[in-house]
Amino acid sequence: MTVTKTHRPALALRGVGKRFGSNQVLHNIDLEVQSSEVVCLIGPSGSGKSTLLRSMAFLEEYDDGEVFIEGQLLGWEPGLPRKRTSRAHLNKVRSTIGMVFQQFNLWPHMSVLGNVTEALIRVRRIASGEARQRGLAMLEKVGLAHKADAYPAQLSGGQQQRVAIARALAMEPHIMLFDEPTSALDPELVGEVLHVMKQLAADGMTMVVVTHEMGFAAQVADTVVFLDQGQIVARGSPQKLFHMTQHPRLQQFLQNYLDRNAFWQDMKEEATA
Amino acid sequence: MFDWPTLVESLPLLAKSLLVTLESSLAGLGIGFVIGVLVCSLRLSLHPLWRRLGGAYIFVFRGIPLLVQLLFIYYFLPRIGLPNVSPLAAAITGLSLAAGAYIAEILRGGFLAIPEGQLEAAHMLGLSPLDVLVRIQVPQAVRLTLPALINEMILLIKASSLISVVGLAELTRTAQNIAASNYLFLQTYLVLALFYCLINIPLACAGGLLERRLKRRLA
Ligand SMILES: Nc1ncnc2c1ncn2[C@@H]1O[C@H](COP(=O)(O)OP(=O)(O)OP(=O)(O)O)[C@@H](O)[C@H]1O
Ligand SMILES: [Mg+2]
Repeated sequence: MTVTKTHRPALALRGVGKRFGSNQVLHNIDLEVQSSEVVCLIGPSGSGKSTLLRSMAFLEEYDDGEVFIEGQLLGWEPGLPRKRTSRAHLNKVRSTIGMVFQQFNLWPHMSVLGNVTEALIRVRRIASGEARQRGLAMLEKVGLAHKADAYPAQLSGGQQQRVAIARALAMEPHIMLFDEPTSALDPELVGEVLHVMKQLAADGMTMVVVTHEMGFAAQVADTVVFLDQGQIVARGSPQKLFHMTQHPRLQQFLQNYLDRNAFWQDMKEEATA
Repeated sequence: MFDWPTLVESLPLLAKSLLVTLESSLAGLGIGFVIGVLVCSLRLSLHPLWRRLGGAYIFVFRGIPLLVQLLFIYYFLPRIGLPNVSPLAAAITGLSLAAGAYIAEILRGGFLAIPEGQLEAAHMLGLSPLDVLVRIQVPQAVRLTLPALINEMILLIKASSLISVVGLAELTRTAQNIAASNYLFLQTYLVLALFYCLINIPLACAGGLLERRLKRRLA
């Protein structure tokens, strides 16, 4: 007997739309993310990046279209009118997704290790001794095993975000979603979080990352998706997308980054002059 | 004027009634806390119907004097076919229902202070609503509202003097009986006041201590 591997995408969005009241925030989004692919979502503020990412986890109930996680419809029962799936089914489909938030969202009353093991114990029903082992291994992965007994408030922002990543990884997700994971951090702490994410990408994790870190997108992303006013305006490999001149909005958006960094160039020129 | 030997004779009786007071107010607090958590989560639920149910509960059990609630439970419920309730059961029921309403209101502020993202993170990891309530929301809400909760505990212990109305020989009623027989009114009531202080002062201290310890951790 031969096992045929179907090449279904890890994550697929078909015609996804989302409204808040009368405000149409997402329009007809089609997106496929293959296993081990890293997709970076970029776009101006308010363009719908967070809403799109949250729809991929059903933290927002998308109105139109479908989101498939490893082939399974997320959140809704098949067919119309829309009816939410049971919590058990939602959790089952979601169980392959890990999510990392801009604000870390650690539970401040639990130790670092407690944060990482909570779901292992309550959801996976793993005995506390074994959960501890696994939790420590996850913390080791993000370089924070020595902080296992600390409380979140005693850590820097960068360390907290690494704990949040370890907490998500402990559940062994196949897909990781990141919503501006470094935007709440002091500049000198951004690197340590990006380092962990690069490591993850190198290990073959499927990732969707909303980010303003163009350097990260350029280095790590397989695909960059540019969102503007709730629509995917451009997508492609970073090399390709960063040089697409036919999209004025994309050019304008990227120009902001170039302008912001222009002074480096000026200073370098001054120094060599 | 003071006759201590006579009073000492009645101390065992007073001590026994102290147990009745402690028993009913602690049970009332424990059950009231569970009711408070449930009513609070009703109040904050997304369902308008449940929200209204929670609101109605608080309206009724905070609005009606405890004394009236106790009388109602003890004398009127049996009339409408509910089985005879023992005085202790009636007292604990009354205290629990009232404490539940107050605790629900106290906890509400604490629940609302927890960032939504913490709950989203919990849902993403597959924690059940009950786990989220018990493991994430309640511990933090309690920490955030600890001073008000301790205040409520002390108020409840004092309010438990009302349960004598259903025929329970709790602390205050027993002291009244003792004073009526030995005529040492001032002295007996002084000792009574001392008894209440002996319960409430350690409670307040323990609360303060706990609060400082938790603050250090969450700061
Ligand atoms: N819960 C909500 N209720 C109503 N409107 C919302 C809600 N969340 C987002 N919006 C609106 O949807 C649009 C897209 O918001 P979204 O947060 O997805 O943008 P974004 O691209 O993530 O922006 P940013 O870079 O600032 O994070 C905005 O116009 C925003 O005001
Ligand atoms: Mg956003």
